[in-house]
Amino acid sequence: MTFKRFVEIGRVALVNYGKEYGRLVVIVDVVDQNRALIDAPDMVRCQINFKRLSLTDIKIDIPRIPKKKTLIAAMEEADVKNKWEKSSWGRKLIVQQRRASLNDFDRFKVMLARIKRGGVIRQELARLKKENAA
Amino acid sequence: MAPKKVRTGQRNPDLVPGIKKFSKSKMYHKRGLWAIKAKNGGKFPTHEAKPAAQPEAAAPEKAPKFYPADDVKKTRSKPKKQNPTKLRSTITPGTVLILLAGRFMGKRVVFLKQLPSGLLLVTGPFKVNGVPLKRVNQAYVIATSTKVDISSVDVAKFEDKYFMKEKKKKSKKTEGEFFKSEEEEKSVVPQYKKDDQKAVDTALIKVIEAVPDLKTYLAARFSLRDGMKPHQLVF
Repeated sequence: MTFKRFVEIGRVALVNYGKEYGRLVVIVDVVDQNRALIDAPDMVRCQINFKRLSLTDIKIDIPRIPKKKTLIAAMEEADVKNKWEKSSWGRKLIVQQRRASLNDFDRFKVMLARIKRGGVIRQELARLKKENAA
Repeated sequence: MAPKKVRTGQRNPDLVPGIKKFSKSKMYHKRGLWAIKAKNGGKFPTHEAKPAAQPEAAAPEKAPKFYPADDVKKTRSKPKKQNPTKLRSTITPGTVLILLAGRFMGKRVVFLKQLPSGLLLVTGPFKVNGVPLKRVNQAYVIATSTKVDISSVDVAKFEDKYFMKEKKKKSKKTEGEFFKSEEEEKSVVPQYKKDDQKAVDTALIKVIEAVPDLKTYLAARFSLRDGMKPHQLVF
């Protein structure tokens, strides 16, 4: 019930609308009630509405509006990239991106693999049922 | 010394359409015509006039001996060169294409080459999915990003003439034959076409079998399923 993810300097967020959709950014300052200043290693620092951000669990230790170098160093220290890619949210996004980029041949191979897997599962289930019945 | 700046913009910009910023004398100075004159010894450099050899040939124009009865327009333009349709950049020899219309709708075929008429020459291969050597229009095709190496296949001999229908000889019908039901002549595939198909396919199948699952892929038809959005699919 209580809030766990807060808007604060150093909070890592995901942009969920607009030109920078899907990018991981860090909140480096708060402009006013609705807007924040965000920054990322490969992006020009800019303002964005809070409504366009989805906060994550990750927080890094930075002073207010750090220089790009300090920001990058802090992100490396907190290991944001790996933490994100290991988190369930991050892993889900990676899978979505991979599925979207599948080529027609890849989709065919995935279909064959799913059928094979289903077959193996069903065989195992049948075997277990037989064991149980006996 | 500061690096030499490349000139950008006009030397004499328009203040208002019709009115330039600098006067004629100012422009004379800006263009450096004074320097060109100084370099050439006080005069502006000129080319020498060509020796007058032409006037004698052109001077007395004789009246033509013959006037054509009708005014015939002289055709001046060069005959236009007809090029085959521009091939999409995603379609290269060896690309797997998905046919979108006709008897083989949904089949995945291998693209061989573009014929001079602009149509694409494709083959199943026949043994894999039943599509023979066939011509197909680029518009009725989706190009996938899957490519097959067709360097071992020789397709130089196939042209549009190869696919033309052979002209049927119209035999005169006698009264008796007229009332007989028309015997439909079964169109048999000529042997040379079968041989050509085999020649192209044996080389191609060898390459296809080298890639795992590619043969079953080509044998299957493409179709849209639930949740597939064609504009978002990567082919």
